[in-house]
Amino acid sequence: MSSSVNTALENAQTEVSTPEPPKNQPVRKAKRASGVVGLLLQNRKAAVGAFIVVFYVLVAVLGPYLVPYDPTQIVGRRHTPPSWEHWFGTDGSGKDVLSQTVVGARSSLATGFIVGSIVTVVGILIGMTAGYMRGRVDDFLSTLINIVLIIPGLPLLIVLAAFLPAGFWSIIFVLSVTGWAWGSRVLRSQTMSLREKDFVASAVTVGEGKLRIMLREILPNMMSIVVAGFFGAVNYAIGAQAGLEFLGLGNPSNVSWGNNLYWAQNNSAMLVGAWWTLIPSGLSIALVAFGFSMINYAIDEVTNPRLRSQRQTASILKKQPAKVRRSRATPVLMEGNGD
Amino acid sequence: MSYIIRRAIFYLIAAWASITLNFFLPRMMPGDPGSVLMAKLRGQGDIRPETIEAMTKAYGLSDDPLIIQYFGYMRNILSGEFGVSTSWFPAPVIDVIRTGLIWTIILMGTALLISFGIGSVLGVIGAWKRGSWMDNVTPPVFVFLGSLPYFWIAPLLLFAFAFHFNIFPARHAYNTDLSPNFSWSFISSVIGHMILPVLSIVIVSIGGWLLGMRNTMIAILSEDYVTMAEAKGLGSRRVMFGYGARNALLPTLTSFGMSLGFILSGSLFTEMVFAYPGLGYLLINSVRSLDYPLMQGLFMMITFAVLFANFIIDILYVRLDPRIRQH
Repeated sequence: MSSSVNTALENAQTEVSTPEPPKNQPVRKAKRASGVVGLLLQNRKAAVGAFIVVFYVLVAVLGPYLVPYDPTQIVGRRHTPPSWEHWFGTDGSGKDVLSQTVVGARSSLATGFIVGSIVTVVGILIGMTAGYMRGRVDDFLSTLINIVLIIPGLPLLIVLAAFLPAGFWSIIFVLSVTGWAWGSRVLRSQTMSLREKDFVASAVTVGEGKLRIMLREILPNMMSIVVAGFFGAVNYAIGAQAGLEFLGLGNPSNVSWGNNLYWAQNNSAMLVGAWWTLIPSGLSIALVAFGFSMINYAIDEVTNPRLRSQRQTASILKKQPAKVRRSRATPVLMEGNGD
Repeated sequence: MSYIIRRAIFYLIAAWASITLNFFLPRMMPGDPGSVLMAKLRGQGDIRPETIEAMTKAYGLSDDPLIIQYFGYMRNILSGEFGVSTSWFPAPVIDVIRTGLIWTIILMGTALLISFGIGSVLGVIGAWKRGSWMDNVTPPVFVFLGSLPYFWIAPLLLFAFAFHFNIFPARHAYNTDLSPNFSWSFISSVIGHMILPVLSIVIVSIGGWLLGMRNTMIAILSEDYVTMAEAKGLGSRRVMFGYGARNALLPTLTSFGMSLGFILSGSLFTEMVFAYPGLGYLLINSVRSLDYPLMQGLFMMITFAVLFANFIIDILYVRLDPRIRQH
């Protein structure tokens, strides 16, 4: 599970959500979005992360048509090390590890994106309702959020998965039920601070409805948090699905990274020294998680100027003749467009 | 003190929610829960009459209305009555849990202290030397380490250091030839068995502390009192630790409580891979042997433990941060 990354993310996000510099007027959406994307593309961390993620998405989409063998068929001797015939070797029952890894990407990434979408939508609904309504509604919803957050995730996942019939959609359901609270919490606090801003007050004065204010005024102003939350949820889902499958709680005939590891462990791959059955799937999970985390890390740096590294600050300075006092405090920069 | 009381009420609600969840889960399963579980158990082959009786009791196959069953269940949980384990029959669930609890606490506690300590110090230094090569290199490296799945790094360590190089023992918490006591040979055996599991948890979890500490520290270093301390000419070490890190520790403490659950999850996987006889190992074995009473009892105990730990952290927080007391 990419648990510690989530922790880091949370730290980072609460960081973003509270001391965000006040934006007194709603910046025009299109301009702001292109600004953020532009900054992201310049960021080396985001570029590396995006490259990895796009690579694996391509593998998931195209890979199954390109693999040399059927991942469910026995095509060789058991536990043969990597060779020209089997680039990643064969597993404990003689199946091709490369094909298993490539085809496994599809199930893992699909789970990630489906759960990520569900979790994000639920997170927005509950978090924004709690943050905007305040009072009783907020008391109830934030207690709910905190309870889901505090009940230890993996034991709950295990208990839920043990009671439900094993299958793809059971896992999707279980991961969505346990995963929505994280985003809700961050979005709630961000909504609470944004609804105090002048542009919301003026929207209220103009007579806009609550729903419109929430979706058209507030939501666009916290897109970076929503996007970061989505990536975090995808990461969580991929890791947790693999974890459940590794424990034997998935559908073992499904080809996915978690099941590959489950079979490796079950066929005592480590005892016979068959490291090649373990490396590809595990490394893929780690790389995808790393890719998403790097994008999130970069989003954080871009949207929270305090975290911008000195290198970036310096590169902005080079373009614009300005003097910055060398101090430990966050440098204040005026960009040309006065943003 | 009202803060503590409010927190206590929240934890009570959370505990009630998890008991209720635990009660309704098996009963909400598609189909008739009792007979589905029975069918699963029968599918395993041997089934004792005692098992059937225990399951009947635990899953309300009696004809009482749901609400009566619910209050009966509540009463049992609150009096520490978790039923009888079917895989360790006739041991009560609570006794089985007791054997595992101590090992999980030792394993997690050690791993938590080490990763928190090293991670925080590295984070403080990274924030202090912002923009240096070290600060540019460490975050990506630790984000990558944090992305490694627990259930992958643990088998790799096991393979490398237990099987290939044969430096550390491969399984269990101590050498089973020894009997548990406070002799040096036993304690050293416990430590030797702990190194690989702890290492796998530390590798994965250290990055979270590092990045969290770094970000908080960066925010704090831009505060006026830090500039003031520097202007006064205080030594950099004193400013870094006495003014920066000391204040950055406080928010980190809250995430400490929040991340307990995450680290616990990692510890469960690690225990499974190393056959470390803690709660995680028991949990996964209970799932495999369809020992539902033990599985649910473990979920209950783990949840209670996390709630309790968080409550302790809240109390600590009030002691450390005087501002909270005024609310």
